[in-house]
Amino acid sequence: MNEALRECAAMIGKELSHLWRARARVAGTAAFALATLLLFSFAGGMNADLLRHNAAGYLWVGLLLASTLSLGESFRVETEHNALEMLLLLPVRPAAIFVGKAVGNLVVLLLVGLLMIPLCVVLFDAAPREGVGKLALTVLLGTASISAPGTMHAALASRARGRDLLLPLLLFPLVVPCVIAAVQASRACFTGDAMGELSSWLAVLVGFCVVHWSLGALLFERVVED
Amino acid sequence: MRRWEIWVGLLGLGMLVFGSYYGLVLAPREQYMGDVQRIMYVHVPTAWNTLLCFTASFVGAVGWLWTRSWKWDHLIESTIITGLVTGSLLAVQGAIWAKPTWGVWWTWDPRLTSVAVMVLSFLGILALRSFVDDPIKRATWSATAAVLAWVNIPFVYLCVRWMASLHQTQSTPKTVDPAMVFPLRVNAFAVLFIVIFFVATGWRIARELRKRELAE
Repeated sequence: MNEALRECAAMIGKELSHLWRARARVAGTAAFALATLLLFSFAGGMNADLLRHNAAGYLWVGLLLASTLSLGESFRVETEHNALEMLLLLPVRPAAIFVGKAVGNLVVLLLVGLLMIPLCVVLFDAAPREGVGKLALTVLLGTASISAPGTMHAALASRARGRDLLLPLLLFPLVVPCVIAAVQASRACFTGDAMGELSSWLAVLVGFCVVHWSLGALLFERVVED
Repeated sequence: MRRWEIWVGLLGLGMLVFGSYYGLVLAPREQYMGDVQRIMYVHVPTAWNTLLCFTASFVGAVGWLWTRSWKWDHLIESTIITGLVTGSLLAVQGAIWAKPTWGVWWTWDPRLTSVAVMVLSFLGILALRSFVDDPIKRATWSATAAVLAWVNIPFVYLCVRWMASLHQTQSTPKTVDPAMVFPLRVNAFAVLFIVIFFVATGWRIARELRKRELAE
């Protein structure tokens, strides 16, 4: 058990150091997410009440669209010069490589998501009435729910033809429940949790995370083996 | 084509004609929805068999990942294609039923949304299969994606159900006139036999294609 944890920690460390060197990836993903937020404002009309009501939806659709760029990029660097094959030669479990990759993707998405919150406040006048802490927790669980299946499908798509097309095609239907739960939880944070539904939606996100992180760790070996 | 496949297909077709005639002509008229409800005699069997197809592809996926036997990959391919056809039919039938009943062609009801997400998920897997040239990688990757897509279905249903639902709750044989239950059961088996025919035929086609690929 300790051995497995050490391997996971080593892989997470490797991903984070790689992320630090490729800071432009985080900046690019954030810029893309911010651009989508602006576009949603124009597409949805200038009605202030409508924008405030839809802010949670804009936040998550923007984040999901941005995630395809970040997820795709995370495996593009591994497929170049056969880096993934080298990675598999390391004396670590494939599950640890999955955890490292998924945590790396989670960090990128979490940073972008947290950056989008103040922009939602400014652009849509959607101040989090339930407090920033609960909204940050929702963003953490929602991005964790996207990053696990996203990492699996990015691994699949990166080595197939038409990878840019395949990733959203495989990922978007799969994360529908996570988007629903994250939007509903964020809306409760923005507009007030009058019906006390926030905890139920967060529980759905936790359940989704548990299932997809477990399946990812279990099946990743099959995806990357030759 | 095997003889038993032809007989199963013909049996399904005959039962579908009989069950649909019984449902359209002999079964009583529903009290609130009127004749529109009669689409239930094909809609509900299509729904059951769509779910059955995608569940069979999940079984095939687990079978391939466990044993690496090609028969499971043939099952994945044939059940996904058949499930996509019945799933598309299901969506069209549902829209035809929804318009006069609810006043809209589409609504974000748990069962409608679950079917839409299920069809899109498995359509993505079919796209994945067409983008991978190596048969072993194709089988492994599509099996992995099929497991993830199938496990997701309860989450989709739960989430959309919590948001809102228009769909009527399921009837049981105890709450429905026996004259309505009979054609529904006949058509359920009819669609099942037709699905078995298509899955068996698809399975053999997939086997021949794989044989040719592996020989190259």
